[in-house]
Amino acid sequence: MTIEAQETTVVEQDHLIGLVEGYKKQGYRLVQINCTKVGDLYEINYSFDLRYQFKNLRIVVDGKREIPSISGIYWGAFVYENEMHDLFGIRVVGMNVDFGGHLIRTAKKNPFANPTFRGEDACPKK
Amino acid sequence: MSKKIIMPFGPQHPVLPEPIHLDLVLEDERVVEAIPSIGYIHRGLETLVAKREYPEYVYIAERTCGICSFIHGMTYCQGVEQVMNLEVPERALYLRTIWSEYSRLHSHLLWLGLFADAVGFENLFMASWKAREFVLDVLEETTGGRVIQGSCKVGGVRRDIPCDTLDRMVRDLDGFERELQDIANVFLNDESIIGRTRGVGMLSRDDAYYCGAMGPTARGSGVGIDLRMTGYAAYGKLKFTPAVETGGDCYSRCAVRVKELFTSIDLIRQAAAKIPEGEIEVKPKGNPDGEYFSRAEQPRGELVHYVKGDGTKHLVRSRIRTPTLTNLPPLVKMLAGCELADVPVIVLSIDPCIGCAER
Repeated sequence: MTIEAQETTVVEQDHLIGLVEGYKKQGYRLVQINCTKVGDLYEINYSFDLRYQFKNLRIVVDGKREIPSISGIYWGAFVYENEMHDLFGIRVVGMNVDFGGHLIRTAKKNPFANPTFRGEDACPKK
Repeated sequence: MSKKIIMPFGPQHPVLPEPIHLDLVLEDERVVEAIPSIGYIHRGLETLVAKREYPEYVYIAERTCGICSFIHGMTYCQGVEQVMNLEVPERALYLRTIWSEYSRLHSHLLWLGLFADAVGFENLFMASWKAREFVLDVLEETTGGRVIQGSCKVGGVRRDIPCDTLDRMVRDLDGFERELQDIANVFLNDESIIGRTRGVGMLSRDDAYYCGAMGPTARGSGVGIDLRMTGYAAYGKLKFTPAVETGGDCYSRCAVRVKELFTSIDLIRQAAAKIPEGEIEVKPKGNPDGEYFSRAEQPRGELVHYVKGDGTKHLVRSRIRTPTLTNLPPLVKMLAGCELADVPVIVLSIDPCIGCAER
């Protein structure tokens, strides 16, 4: 049984800001922003909700090009954008609150950008 | 014009169960701006998805939080089940609903105790936590765990609740409800609570909605979003109305949680009356191939578990977006303009769970 229909639209990075502004005008709230590394590319999902209708915008980036911040449209987006920068190394420009890489303190820089152990066996017993 | 100074608040502070740091920009005793900083307890749980097979990852998901662990496990399982098109038996969905509501009771009572402690009301703190023991005892009896329940799995649940135990649980709720009524009366009507919370930490409806507030933080500002309304687990077959207050202050956020205690009791009674006989799990076949944003209502608000699989036994990605993370920007709005002495009460009013937020 499907709990809720979920719509994902892949868009060009250049169209992102305009589309996000459109969602804000329609009254959608920002649910979350997340990043997934797929091969050498990064999928970045921007999720919105209006009266339990879940919609998702996706851009696919190579990690070298900067992406625009949407914190000028949805003020609270800065937590997701800082997190994405700290864990994946995605450079986001124009954030209203920029922690400069110190929101999430990690032992390794951008640890999620290069997962090294996918598919390995569980930790060896000592 | 008075000089601005920056005062550090946290990461260690008597009111904070977990570490968060705030740089408070002060003009005299008034907060002009608050800049949050987290990251002290980032565990990298999401990366473990690469090391654990998808059925095993339930244990990791549950350990995201020590308060609402069951709902984390359930939301993760729900996401994988949606990707794999698994038809979970109805009895399992009702059991998930019952345990979710006991988790909510446990979490809200824990928070009410901490909140009473923050405003200096020690007796109320003890009364709230005494009531919470009843809930923990039920969780221990029915799942084997007081903190981590470990009873959810992909395809259903690991344990059933026998009918006679369920009947007794419902009967015991009568006395528990009376005890809660006494506690609720104090939280809602006592002058010392009202004096410390009413008009403090204001969050407007628009700020709550567009800054990303969720759960009681949003519902205390008149935003009636409650993910249980989407009908996941067995909620679609139960009747309830989300508790909403319009004051937008700490009192309203407290009142929402108090009222939700009684909503949870009602939902448990309804679920126990309607739960069907039958299987409690289906065996998943194959591996997940696809993606889903699984959403559920945690005690603190909307929880999102994003799962993406590529047909192998290891998921490509698990992303956990917890309500505390999304309640941080609204907290910044609440703190701007408040008195320094009110900061601990305001911070606590979003029920911050930093372990959850940082994963």
